[in-house]
Amino acid sequence: MIGIISYLVFFATVASILSIAVLGLNLQWGNTGLFNGGVVAFFGAGAYGTLILGSAPQDGLLGGFGLPYLLALFGGMVIAGIVAWIVGLLTLRLRHDYLAIATFGVAVAFENLVRNAAIFGGAQGIRGFERPLRDVFGSGLAYNALFFVFVLILLIATYLFLERLIASPFGRLLRAIREDETAAQSLGKSPSRVRLTAFIAGSVIMGLAGGLYATFYAFISPQDVLPILTFQIWAMLIVGGAGNNKGAVMGTFLIWAAWTASGWALSRFAPLDVQLYTGSIQFVLIGFVIVGMLMWRPQGLFPEKLVVSQSAKTGR
Amino acid sequence: MIQNIVDGFLVGSILSLGAIGLTMAMHMLRFANFSHAELLSVGAYAALVFDGLFSALFPVISTAIGPLSLTWALTLATILSMGITGLTAIAIDKLVFKRVRAKGGELSMVFASFGVAMIIRNILGLIFGLDPVLYSQDIVFAILVSADPLLLVKPDQVFTLIAAVIIMFILHLVLSRTTFGYSLRAVAENPTLAQVSGINLNRMIVLIWLIGGGLAAAAGVFYGLTNQINPVLGRDLVLPIFAATIVGGIGSIYGAVLGGFLVGLAANLALVILPSGYSPAVPFLIILAVLLIRPHGLFGEERA
Repeated sequence: MIGIISYLVFFATVASILSIAVLGLNLQWGNTGLFNGGVVAFFGAGAYGTLILGSAPQDGLLGGFGLPYLLALFGGMVIAGIVAWIVGLLTLRLRHDYLAIATFGVAVAFENLVRNAAIFGGAQGIRGFERPLRDVFGSGLAYNALFFVFVLILLIATYLFLERLIASPFGRLLRAIREDETAAQSLGKSPSRVRLTAFIAGSVIMGLAGGLYATFYAFISPQDVLPILTFQIWAMLIVGGAGNNKGAVMGTFLIWAAWTASGWALSRFAPLDVQLYTGSIQFVLIGFVIVGMLMWRPQGLFPEKLVVSQSAKTGR
Repeated sequence: MIQNIVDGFLVGSILSLGAIGLTMAMHMLRFANFSHAELLSVGAYAALVFDGLFSALFPVISTAIGPLSLTWALTLATILSMGITGLTAIAIDKLVFKRVRAKGGELSMVFASFGVAMIIRNILGLIFGLDPVLYSQDIVFAILVSADPLLLVKPDQVFTLIAAVIIMFILHLVLSRTTFGYSLRAVAENPTLAQVSGINLNRMIVLIWLIGGGLAAAAGVFYGLTNQINPVLGRDLVLPIFAATIVGGIGSIYGAVLGGFLVGLAANLALVILPSGYSPAVPFLIILAVLLIRPHGLFGEERA
């Protein structure tokens, strides 16, 4: 029984962390129409940033600043935002393909950098991070449950923040630019600036998710920032329904459950010689889920509720 | 240094072949096709299959040509593979991209292409295994062209460069001398006006996929001949090929050719100062540099 509860807590923690990243992507893609092909770069920047800022000094590694945990987490988000600012500044004025390619490129470059640079721990990654409040709550289920509550609070906070944001005039502006850039421009709005703001905000949220992820495992390595994670996060948003925050969270839990279940089933029931190919089989399956969704139900399971105008909402 | 320049040209010719098809499809269908590089893998593996088939059926043609590791069987297989890969590209468009195009916006296509790339790459891995394979088990020694500065070149590499240049020259003749070439350029310039002039847009799209796929297959075989074939070939080449199209300017075929060589050269020259582990990140730096200095590339036009 304890085992099942432990596992459920573990599963829910990871799914909640990923939900935060999916919410960040939803702000970029669902609400603003920005294609971020390198979610892992921002997720990874947050993760590496948090560990570098928050861990004790280690030989040969960058950082070891030993900042208080919340400050380190915040620092990770800032680093993710800076990466987004650089990429966004260069690409958001151009046609949309450039952002897709440049973000994809920044993810490749990021993984390449942390894998090769010794100061980032290289292929071994960064270990030796002391999880906050460990000495108070120990390392068992109690600690994990508490951490889950912490993640859940941040997920709810992010959710409420984004709901408020998209209901605000700024959110309306985002949708206006997504739907018709020229029209928004004619009303004196600056699409490239607004897009940059939304892109950075979304990336900062991804950075938060990355920081939590690294805290949860107390470890980060290049293996955690492979392009497949970008793909999974996208799958969660597309299946859930782009533009709908509730759908984004539902999609995350659904896809993450399907992913872990298929991994478990393949490792349990598939013959040994097939096990080597478990990853490939899962990738093909998730690829079909994506392409199928885009072909037959592009709005996702929980479509965006479009409010045509304020008066329509009140039912007049 | 000299070695890096020569290697750069060799890699560049492969990137150019890949970038031509990508830039055409990106310009015409207005989406960044992340699955284009997988066509190189499809071509490389298709040639591998037919090479094996031809060598088994007609052992006579399975002997190497001159100093190359290339056989007549592989040559035939490559030509067949170009056709098959072209048809694969058309099939993917019919099955996926066309439907997504009808349903959603251009950006849904970008993501659909991510999905297609994922499916193709992993199915190839499931069929052919995850380990790298080679067309020929014979060891072909590199020829020492000069000892100081050190310059080693494999005969296969010289062949690859020449063959790629010939293929691109043929494409140039087609584009500049045939009615088809004129129609293609007309569609690229202004699709609506081209259609008014009686050009069938859908037919042009099919032909673009056919040409793009064929060139990608040739590039894939050349890559396999000078390196090795593995299922993640597309993943490794997608960023350099995108860099080549951005350097050349999206939509410009000649730009793509030049961009391929420039990226190949820059990526190899970067290894003079950078440790080789960083080479996958170099195309990204090139993209950033181009976006900073000349956002629309060498020959690209400003288009929203």
